[in-house]
Amino acid sequence: MDKLFFTEEHTMLVEMVRDFANTEVAPIARELDETGRFPEEIVSKMGKLGLMGIPVPEEYGGAGMDTVAYAAAVMEMAKVDASVAITMAAHTSLGTMPIVIAGTEEQKRKYVPQLASGEILGAFGLTEPEAGSDAGATKTRAVLDGDEYVVNGGKIFITNSGKAGILLFTTQIVENGKSIGIGALIVDTDNPGLKIGPKEKKMGWRASDTRQLFFEDMRVPKENLLGQPSDGFKTFMKTLTGGRISVAALSVGTAEGAYQKALNYSTERKAFGKEIYKFQAIGFKLADMATQIEAAKLLTFHAAWMKDQGMDITKEAAIAKLYASEAAMKITTEAIQVLGGYGYVKEYDVERFFRDAKVLEIGEGTSEIQRMIITRQLMKTLRKTA
Amino acid sequence: MKICVLVKQIPGSEATFNVTPDGRWIQESGLPFEMNESDIYALEEALQIREKMGEGEVFVVTLGPDRCQKTIREALAKGADRAIHIKEEAPFCTDPLTIASVFTQVIREENPELVLSGLQSDDLGFGQTGVLIGEMLGMTTATLVVATEIQDEDIRVKRELEAGWFQWQTMKLPASLAIQSGLNTPRYPSLRGIMTARKKEIKDVSFNDLRNVDFLQSFKKLSIQHAEKHTEMIEGSVDEIVSKLVNVFKNEIRIN
Repeated sequence: MDKLFFTEEHTMLVEMVRDFANTEVAPIARELDETGRFPEEIVSKMGKLGLMGIPVPEEYGGAGMDTVAYAAAVMEMAKVDASVAITMAAHTSLGTMPIVIAGTEEQKRKYVPQLASGEILGAFGLTEPEAGSDAGATKTRAVLDGDEYVVNGGKIFITNSGKAGILLFTTQIVENGKSIGIGALIVDTDNPGLKIGPKEKKMGWRASDTRQLFFEDMRVPKENLLGQPSDGFKTFMKTLTGGRISVAALSVGTAEGAYQKALNYSTERKAFGKEIYKFQAIGFKLADMATQIEAAKLLTFHAAWMKDQGMDITKEAAIAKLYASEAAMKITTEAIQVLGGYGYVKEYDVERFFRDAKVLEIGEGTSEIQRMIITRQLMKTLRKTA
Repeated sequence: MKICVLVKQIPGSEATFNVTPDGRWIQESGLPFEMNESDIYALEEALQIREKMGEGEVFVVTLGPDRCQKTIREALAKGADRAIHIKEEAPFCTDPLTIASVFTQVIREENPELVLSGLQSDDLGFGQTGVLIGEMLGMTTATLVVATEIQDEDIRVKRELEAGWFQWQTMKLPASLAIQSGLNTPRYPSLRGIMTARKKEIKDVSFNDLRNVDFLQSFKKLSIQHAEKHTEMIEGSVDEIVSKLVNVFKNEIRIN
């Protein structure tokens, strides 16, 4: 697979991230999971290495690499620590790339270099208490008042939001007393109208910073509007397909991290006088895990590659995200089974991968939403061929 | 300051080895290759000296087949300015004197003030290249170097001696130093480094064209030692068993 999608630079990047993850992150991964501490020192080091701006063009301070590179780096990090991987992924694909894709030149110059260098962290707010999968139902309202929007409403489950320097969020845009559609605004997180809730206590992704946000008469300059609401909500949502590749990559990494531990254990642990991988019941589990990982990885890199070719990846990103996240849940479950009782205790880390896997079927569009997207795409091509 | 770093590519330490049918080398297909450990530290030391001095050039020289390109790119991605690849095809030369004489010809042309090499390669482990090159180029040399300080015309180095002892030594430049692992914290290649590595120069030269001495040593046969379990039952009276056990402890297991 490396040969199919990877250039020499991709391989070097993967080796660097692997080395970094094993040396810097692996020794503290369990501590981060248990305490929920946000690893600022790790994020700062990742910023210096260029890992916080992998697909950002060089002219805006990024590494100028492609989506394949970005997915490969997220995958590699998730093999060791999914919390650190999601911090990097949410920052890049949700907190930064929408500005790169839809921002004005001024917005790009102002915000992107700081984000790409990791100097500040980015966050993106879409989900609301009453608008999750149905993102179009957003209740947050930004009412134009002179040169500023006055924003009221709020967001929930926002990754990186307690540590972010800027926040992008979707909102209804109201001008001259009527809603002109859903758009996105960029706001500095020191805005007095932004109230940031306490860190959520989560099942997995424990070291990732997830919070609720409240907007109370929050005044945002008019020029901070990202893209045009008249372009339509759908156009904007397209910029988010990168997020699905992120979650697909996170899924492959999470699955592979757990699989590797199960594989190692199966060659060391003996029962009834032989290593347990020699029992078909365990050997076949490992074979199924490896097969699903390979398939998920191919789907993910294929979608990433298509994105790099400028192709529409609505269907492919949804397929990759759906398959990889469900595979990750299955694989991490089976990994615990291979380790038996040891899989259930924290010392062997496999239960952490299991807890980190569940959210993959929920975030960035639930499995159900992905199936809806895929069905819709199937029907589109059906009409074309009929 | 112009600094030359010798970088070698070796089979990864986690690899499983098999010997080729002719028994002269290991089977390379499927093996992971990586930069020799002490060379990683030598490269880092060179980059840090360049940074401390605020100017200078770091170039790497590598001997080996095409696969070494990957290791060379890694050195360039970490910050080396350029590279010279002395290309060699299998069967590979394992004679330290020949290797050192080939390196010497390449390095002499470049005329660096400092040559840094890893203490030894983790595959062959002769530990001679850096010292021989220093001698051939008429440079001062030091081995087991764990710290360096440039002082105008001199270099001050800290050497690791036995039993936890260290020695500081001031030497004239130019110098050839064999670097011990662990003296610094090697950097990761940054993404910017990875992206610019491709644009840096790698000059190819041929090992055979430069070879000017006969091999004084070569590998006749390579074998992989397999650990075997061996159980010996000690029998006899209690006194006899005890004295036989003491003999085993003393002379076979060698417990002092």
